[in-house]
Amino acid sequence: MTTMTSSSSTASALPVRRSAARRMWRSLYRAKWPLLALAILTVLILAAAFGPLLAPHDPNRQDIIARLKPPFSSAHRGHVYFVLGTDGLGRDVLARLLYGARISLIVGLVSVFVGGVIGTMLGTLAGYFGGWIDDTLMRIADIQLAFPFILLAIIFMLVLGPGMMNLILVLGIGQWVTYARIARGQTMLQREKEYIEAARALGQKTPGILFSGILPNILSPLVIIGSFNIASVILSEAALSFLGLGVPTTTPTWGGMLAESRDQLLAGRWWLAVFPGVAIMLTVLSFNLLGDWFRDFLDPRLANEN
Amino acid sequence: MIRFMIRRLLQSVLVIFGVTLVTFLAMHMGGDPTYLYVNEHASDAEIAATRAALGFDQPLPVQYLHFAEGILHGDMGTSLTYRTPAVDVVLRHFPATLELTLFALVVALVLAIPLGVMAAMRRGTPVDGGIMLFAMVGQSIPSFWLGIMLILAVGLGLRWLPISGRVPVLDPIFAGDIAGGIANIPHAIPYLIMPGMTIAFFTLARTTRLVRSSMLEVLSQDYVRTARSKGLSELRVVGYHAMRNAMLPVVTMLGLEMGFLLSGVVVVETIFSWPGVGRLVFNAINHRDIPLVQAAVILFSVTFLVLNLAVDLLYAQLDPRIRLHS
Repeated sequence: MTTMTSSSSTASALPVRRSAARRMWRSLYRAKWPLLALAILTVLILAAAFGPLLAPHDPNRQDIIARLKPPFSSAHRGHVYFVLGTDGLGRDVLARLLYGARISLIVGLVSVFVGGVIGTMLGTLAGYFGGWIDDTLMRIADIQLAFPFILLAIIFMLVLGPGMMNLILVLGIGQWVTYARIARGQTMLQREKEYIEAARALGQKTPGILFSGILPNILSPLVIIGSFNIASVILSEAALSFLGLGVPTTTPTWGGMLAESRDQLLAGRWWLAVFPGVAIMLTVLSFNLLGDWFRDFLDPRLANEN
Repeated sequence: MIRFMIRRLLQSVLVIFGVTLVTFLAMHMGGDPTYLYVNEHASDAEIAATRAALGFDQPLPVQYLHFAEGILHGDMGTSLTYRTPAVDVVLRHFPATLELTLFALVVALVLAIPLGVMAAMRRGTPVDGGIMLFAMVGQSIPSFWLGIMLILAVGLGLRWLPISGRVPVLDPIFAGDIAGGIANIPHAIPYLIMPGMTIAFFTLARTTRLVRSSMLEVLSQDYVRTARSKGLSELRVVGYHAMRNAMLPVVTMLGLEMGFLLSGVVVVETIFSWPGVGRLVFNAINHRDIPLVQAAVILFSVTFLVLNLAVDLLYAQLDPRIRLHS
């Protein structure tokens, strides 16, 4: 909370912000686990960003001679080396993992952003104006919360067809309710505060009040929810890709790699299943750990609830 | 109490309306659904005839009314792959899924409650840390991957448990043969363990965290201190006085968790070749059998709603404050 309000004051903004960053770093350093999570995520983001440079092979290049090579083996008389082995079509597992990281991270981050923006906007409006806007939005929210979202995601992706945009949209819309409910409650609290009354008395227009008055003060719980949702969205993306309902199956994804690994399971090609799963688990675990720490950092009152 | 029940019932009706509307619109978002029912060599005249026969030439609101009316009569269209009513196909696979989900729920609760209580009582110790780390990891493992790893390690490596197959318990019970169904239970369990654990894991992890935090909250209350200062044994304080109230949030979450378990079955059933609705949906996805997916989604939602309604009523029984507030 303090970081949000202090950064909006202009005169002493710089030193305050610097000490906030230091406080953050010290808290991270003390907590250990989140620091490890941050390290993992940094490596992951770098790997996703520089994937094409790092990948030893083209992730989609098929090579019949080099198919189903176990990790740390080579093909073509030792000329081509595969650190994490190859799949049933001779494609390099490491290269596919690196490219898969992009999909998971992009879909995770962007859809949380999309859902967060939609939810915050609608929730703030509902909380500020109340009345029929509030009633309608909250009824719709109740309906959406009342049944497991992944089923709806399945039917929408089935009808809309695979694709990055569709995936981000479906997963983003799937989350708006969580943000909307919190934004609404927080807005209702802020609306009654004196500074809003003062802004209104001074003649500030409603959009201005909403954006520069209310929004900065309700943001921190929303950011906390968002940081947790990244983890669950990455899990949903993996599940949809596993079902063949994510991005087109020609794009390598971790969930898709797991789906393909099933055919090789009985033959004991463990590497095809182990590596993508470990990648998903480490990513989601890191976001969860970081989200946990972030919540305690921004709002210590909630620390006991974990 | 009656007013509370009526309110919840009306809410549920509204939700079912929402679910049917969304699934209906979803089907039409992908373009003219007529093309799902004709083969690619059909002539324009044939397509038009099919469109008229299925009612797809009428305005959308009229079509929705027909769709909703059909659902009220238990008719959710014809499966494109089975060529029989979609509802029948889904219902035939339903006992297998219910059995698996209930088993998973029991597994999750039986493990989560003692783990959560233990972590709360040993707060700050390595026991607590270990249990919380386990819960954190559990919330981060994709269920389908856990299933694949279990198959690799326990099924194929150690050869302890079968990796697919099922001995039915609920099917004979639903058919009236209760004794036969119960007699099957010991034979069914080896088949249930791996898929059940796989589905239960996420719920197990989350419920452990919930039990721990709600137990911590309750343990700091005055009445617990009173019970302790009366000289009651720790077992009685925790097991009786604290437990009753610590379980309230867990009961609230049960309905929601049931929903997560149900939505987990689609991938997990596919991995273990479990003959339930989940695998049915997976196959229907691959064959673009949209009416079948639609029927399954609606039936899942209704099941989920009924369970949540039951949980709410149970909760209102347990905690009189809820009734008064509504």
